[in-house]
Amino acid sequence: MNSSFDEMNAGEAVVREHYQVYNRWLAEQPGDVMRGRREEAEMIFRRVGITFAVYGTKDEDGSGTERLIPFDLIPRVIPAHEWKEMERGLHQRVLALNRFIHDVYHAQEIIKAGIVPAEQIFRNAQFRPEMMGVDVPGGVYAHIAGIDIVRAANADGSGSYYVLEDNLRVPSGVSYMLENRKMMMRLFPDLFSMHRVEPVAHYPDLLLDTLRAVAPAAVNEPTVVLLTPGMYNSAYFEHAFLAQQMGIELVEGQDLFVKDNFLYMRTTQGAKRVDVIYRRVDDDFLDPLAFRPDSTLGCAGLLSVYRAGNLTLANAIGTGVADDKSIYPYVPQMIEFYLGEKPILNNVPTYQCRKAEDLEYVLSHLAELVVKEVHGAGGYGMLVGPAAAKSEIADFRKQLRAHPEGYIAQPTLSLSTCPTFVESGIAPRHIDLRPFVMSGKTVQMVPGGLTRVALKEKSLVVNSSQGGGTKDTWVLEG
Amino acid sequence: MLSRTADHLYWMARYMERAENTARMLDVNYQTSLLPQSADAAEKGWKGLLSISELTSDFGERYGAIHARSVMDYMVRDEKNPASIYGCLLAARENARAVRGTLTTEVWETQNQTWLEFKRLLASGTFQKDPSEAFEWVKFRSHLSRGVTVGTMLQDEAFHFLRIGSFLERADNTARLLDVKFHAMDTEFANPMNANGNGKDQEYDFYHWSAILRSMSGFEVYRKAYRNVIRPEKVAELLILRPDMPRSLAACMNEVVSNLERVANEQSGETLRCAGRIRSDLQYGRIDEIVATGLHAFLTQFLERVGTLGAGISRDFLVPVQA
Repeated sequence: MNSSFDEMNAGEAVVREHYQVYNRWLAEQPGDVMRGRREEAEMIFRRVGITFAVYGTKDEDGSGTERLIPFDLIPRVIPAHEWKEMERGLHQRVLALNRFIHDVYHAQEIIKAGIVPAEQIFRNAQFRPEMMGVDVPGGVYAHIAGIDIVRAANADGSGSYYVLEDNLRVPSGVSYMLENRKMMMRLFPDLFSMHRVEPVAHYPDLLLDTLRAVAPAAVNEPTVVLLTPGMYNSAYFEHAFLAQQMGIELVEGQDLFVKDNFLYMRTTQGAKRVDVIYRRVDDDFLDPLAFRPDSTLGCAGLLSVYRAGNLTLANAIGTGVADDKSIYPYVPQMIEFYLGEKPILNNVPTYQCRKAEDLEYVLSHLAELVVKEVHGAGGYGMLVGPAAAKSEIADFRKQLRAHPEGYIAQPTLSLSTCPTFVESGIAPRHIDLRPFVMSGKTVQMVPGGLTRVALKEKSLVVNSSQGGGTKDTWVLEG
Repeated sequence: MLSRTADHLYWMARYMERAENTARMLDVNYQTSLLPQSADAAEKGWKGLLSISELTSDFGERYGAIHARSVMDYMVRDEKNPASIYGCLLAARENARAVRGTLTTEVWETQNQTWLEFKRLLASGTFQKDPSEAFEWVKFRSHLSRGVTVGTMLQDEAFHFLRIGSFLERADNTARLLDVKFHAMDTEFANPMNANGNGKDQEYDFYHWSAILRSMSGFEVYRKAYRNVIRPEKVAELLILRPDMPRSLAACMNEVVSNLERVANEQSGETLRCAGRIRSDLQYGRIDEIVATGLHAFLTQFLERVGTLGAGISRDFLVPVQA
C-alpha cells in the first residue's frame, strides 16, 4: 500500500502551493486561540441546533439522542484547476446516470447492447417495476446526486481522484457544507480576505430552481414541498434547514392526502395542491398502498398520482437501481454508451464477486482488499482487509462463499489526508468529498461539497454515524 | 400554512407562556412565605398553587405532605410533571424544533438556548440556591422569546397562531390565579371591613393583595392607574377588565380576537363568535356587577368558555381533517 497523499504537505516542510497562505497564517496563530475558536464553534452549533440523531443511544445527560457532528477548523482546499476538471467529470457522470435510469425503465438499450447483464437490473432489490414506462419531466430521475470522491496516492507521489460511490436516492449532508462555511466566515473572517474562496451559499437557490424546473408541465406556479420522516429522523435538521432556506413547506406524511388523483396538503385555509415533492423519505415508505403497508411516513395513493404525471418526486422512485454497488462498475461504460465520451472521473477498479474469476481473486487477497455489501450504506457491512482481525476475515470468507453476488471488492485505497485538529495537536486524518450535483433543466452544482474526515487515527471510515467529522471545503478562484 | 405547523406554533407559545406564569406564581408564593406568618397560612398558599394547576392529587400521591421545598421541586424540575417549568420548557422547545423552519433563526435559537441553559442551570444547582433568581430567569427568557417573535417574525399566519397561543394561555392562567387567590380571601373580600380594626389583619391584607399584583407585574401599574391604596375590588378590576393592563383578561381577549380575525377561514365562524362574545362581556362588564354575582362563579365560567374556545381553535385550524 502506498503511503497517503496529503492535501497540504507535499513532503517534509514542503507545503503545496494552494495551502501556503493558509499555512503561514496558521503558524502565526497561538494554540489557545485555535482551541478557543473550537469551543466557540461547538457552542454555536449547539445553540443553532445543528445536530443529528443517533438511533438507540442516549445523550451525555441521558435525555436524548442529539449529537453534534465534530467540525474541524482546518479547511480542505481544492485548487481551481482541479475543481474545474472534477466539475466536468461530475456533470458528465450524472448526465449518464440519469440516461441510464431512463433507459432501465424504458427501452433498456443498454441491456440489449450487452453492456449491463439483465439480471443485474431485474434481480436488483432497488429496481421498481412500477416505474416501467412512466415518463418523468425532462427525463430526470436523480435530481440531487451526492457523488463521493476520494483522492488516492499514485506510485510517483501524485494523487488521483476516484469516484467511490454514487448516491442517487436521498443523499444528505449539504446543510453541513453550508453551515460549515458560515461558521468559518464567522470564526476567521481574516482568512477570507486573504483567500478568494468560491461561495456556496446560493445552493438553496439552485435547488429551488431545479425543483421548480421539473414540475408537471401543466403547472405554471408549482407548489414545492419538502417531505421529511419527522423531527426524530437523523437528518431532520437538514430537512428543516433546506425547507426554510427555500421558503417551502416542510411536510410529513400525515399532512398529505390524495383526492381525484391529485396530491394535497392540509392547511389552516383548507386543502392546497402539491406539485413537486423534494422527498427525504426512502422509496419503500412513500406509499403504503404500493410499498411497505406499515409505513406512516408517506401518503396512501401517492404512487398513482405520480404515475399519472400529476406530481414530480425528486428524486424519482427507483433511482436506487443506478447507485447500487453492483451497478457501479458499469458507470464508465454507461458514459461511453449514452454520451459517446471518455469518462473524465476514474472509477475504483472493482471485483464483482458474482463472477467466478473475480471471486477467486478476492478470496485469495482478502487481507488487502475492501469488501462491501452490494446494498450496504453508511459504512456498515464492510470489511477493510488490512485493518481486520483474522476472525473477521474468516467470517467474511464464509459469507462470500455463501452469497458471492451480494458483494464487491476493491483495492484498499489509501484516502488522502488533511491536517486536522485532534487531542494531541494537528495530525493528518483521512478525508473524502461529496459534491452535490443538481439536475433540472440543466446540471448545476456549487463549487466543492462536503468534506468528511475520519477523526480516528488511521481510520478510513468517514461516516458521521461512525465517528466521522466534517471540514469546510474551499475551492479557490482561478 | 400546514395545520400541523400551526398546531406546533400555537402550543410552543402556550407552553412558553405557561412556564412564565408558573414561575410568577411560584415566585409570589415564595416571597409571601418569607413574610412572618403562621405555618398554616404558608401551607394554604402552596396548596392553592397546586390546585390552580389541578395537581393536588398527583402531588399528594408522589410527595405526600406539602412543604415549600417539595412543591417548588415538583413545579420547577419534576420531569414527570408535565406542568412543571421543566415540562413546559421542554414541550415549548420540542414544538419549536418541529417547525424550526417556520420560525426565524433568532426565534428558534432563543427557544433552543432557553432549554439548553435551563438544563445547565438545573445541573449547576443555581435554582436550588436562589429560587427567586431562577424565577426571574424564566420570566426573562419568556420576555425574550416573545420579544424576538415580535421583533423578527413576518406578521403572517405563523405569527398570529403564536400570538393566539400566548394570549389564550395567559387569559387562562390569570383567571386561575385570581380565582385561587381571591378564594383564599373569600371572607375578607365579601366584607373588606371585617378586619375589626385589627391592624395586623390589615397589614396582612396589604401584603396579600400586593403579592398578587406583583405576580402580574401589576404593583406599580396599580398605583399609577388608581393612585389609591390597595383595595381588593380595584385589584380585581385591574386584572380582569382593564384593557390597558397587559396581563388582564380583557387585554388577553383583545389580542386573541384580533389575531383570530386575521386567520379566519371558512369554518371558523362559530369560534370567532365565541371569542368575540367573551371579549365583549369583558369590554362592557363592571366590577361591581361581577363581584355581586360572585367572582368565583364569574371566573369559573370564564375558564370554561376559554376552554371551549381553545377546543374550537383546534378543531377549525389545527387538527387536520380530511378535506
